[in-house]
Amino acid sequence: MSEACSATPATPPAAGSAGPAYGTLIKDGVWSNNPVLAQMIGLCPALAVTGSATNGLGMGLATTAVLVLSNVLIASIRNLVSPNVRIPVFIVLIASLVTLIDMSMNAWMYDLYQVLGLFIALIVVNCAILGRAEAFASKNPVGAAAVDGFAMGLGFTATLVVLGGIREVLGSGTLFAGASQMLGTQFAFLEFTVIPDYKGFLMMILPPGAFFVIAFLIAGHRLIEEGAKRKAERKAAQPALPAGGAAV
Amino acid sequence: MNIANQFDTLWYQGLSLAVVATVAGTALAVAYQGAAPRIAEAQARKTQAALAEVLPKNSFDNELMADTVVVKDDKGADVTVYRARKDGTVNGVVFAMGEKGYSGTISLVMGVDRDGRITGVRITGHTETPGLGDKIEVARHPWVLSFDGKFLGNPPPEQFAVKKDGGIFDQFAGATITPRAVVKAVKRGLELYAGQRAAMLGETPAPAPAAAPRS
Repeated sequence: MSEACSATPATPPAAGSAGPAYGTLIKDGVWSNNPVLAQMIGLCPALAVTGSATNGLGMGLATTAVLVLSNVLIASIRNLVSPNVRIPVFIVLIASLVTLIDMSMNAWMYDLYQVLGLFIALIVVNCAILGRAEAFASKNPVGAAAVDGFAMGLGFTATLVVLGGIREVLGSGTLFAGASQMLGTQFAFLEFTVIPDYKGFLMMILPPGAFFVIAFLIAGHRLIEEGAKRKAERKAAQPALPAGGAAV
Repeated sequence: MNIANQFDTLWYQGLSLAVVATVAGTALAVAYQGAAPRIAEAQARKTQAALAEVLPKNSFDNELMADTVVVKDDKGADVTVYRARKDGTVNGVVFAMGEKGYSGTISLVMGVDRDGRITGVRITGHTETPGLGDKIEVARHPWVLSFDGKFLGNPPPEQFAVKKDGGIFDQFAGATITPRAVVKAVKRGLELYAGQRAAMLGETPAPAPAAAPRS
């Protein structure tokens, strides 16, 4: 992995031992500090498996489970780990956790493993896991870490489903194809043929399509954030004007 | 004693690494002990199911994985042959073949009955172009079923090829190399069966295999 795993944009350091409010954590994970769109971590799995919305969903769910567990684990031992050796400790714990999940799923949920197995092994190299351990779980209480892991996982899942969905519709004209295979037959209602008799647009399914779509998604995220920021600034500036004028 | 005071000491760092490594290693070892037999069992079930796919239903009642023989193919490589028996008689065999496709090797399993007729072909692994070459998967396209019932002689050897090469098997729009490789692998498989029939069926080669069509 060439991504700089530990160089995550700093989440505002949590004040006090109670940790940040859960609502803020959810909003951060899903939107403002979205792992893929804002932090730019976990891009490798995000690009590699999102040939379809179903694959994105599978990868997202598996990553969410690992994120919550690893955040809880790291947060619960955070006061015992010397900062000097924290990275090897975290990475050994995360790798073991993922391997345990991989083995148990292979043994006890074989059918699901056939579909998700590919994703599980890839999670070890997902920077988002170590990134959250380092940036959040190692400095916050267990409850907040669990919520953060869940929120980050949710944001990751949502991004991957959107990314996979766009590529799938453009590339093969379907949406959520194969969902019933992965999630069970009751999810067959998710499967759509968006464009019947579609000849396919191969490039969207292949890696270049992933880069194009994620570029547009990131640009869109930036635009919306900028817009919101400008709006907030204007709002803050207007009531301040008369007060400012009075002071001068 | 405040643990945080020891964070900068070498003994604490070494000890914490050792503890983490030991705990992680133990957990993995225990989990592996518990999971390994079940994983092997699940994989055996999957292989059995994949082998059964290329055999006619109810054509065998034995454990395919337990009844195997290894023969050499034309390139000198080992081919594991699974025998399908019913009431002790070998009704057919299943074996795997591979051929270089458009990108990487295409692996397939094929079932052949006593007379050398194909009872089924399934692709077990490939890295062909998604959307073009992956039509060789039965889940995406029924193309691979067109091998069923074929044998050396029907079609004649020169027509055991894709249509572009003067044969009878369809190619896909935009992908000829992939189906061509599959056809070639299946033909090689049939030739292997014709050449090593006795060994594959586990019979003494003494009586000439007259039953084999065009052998």
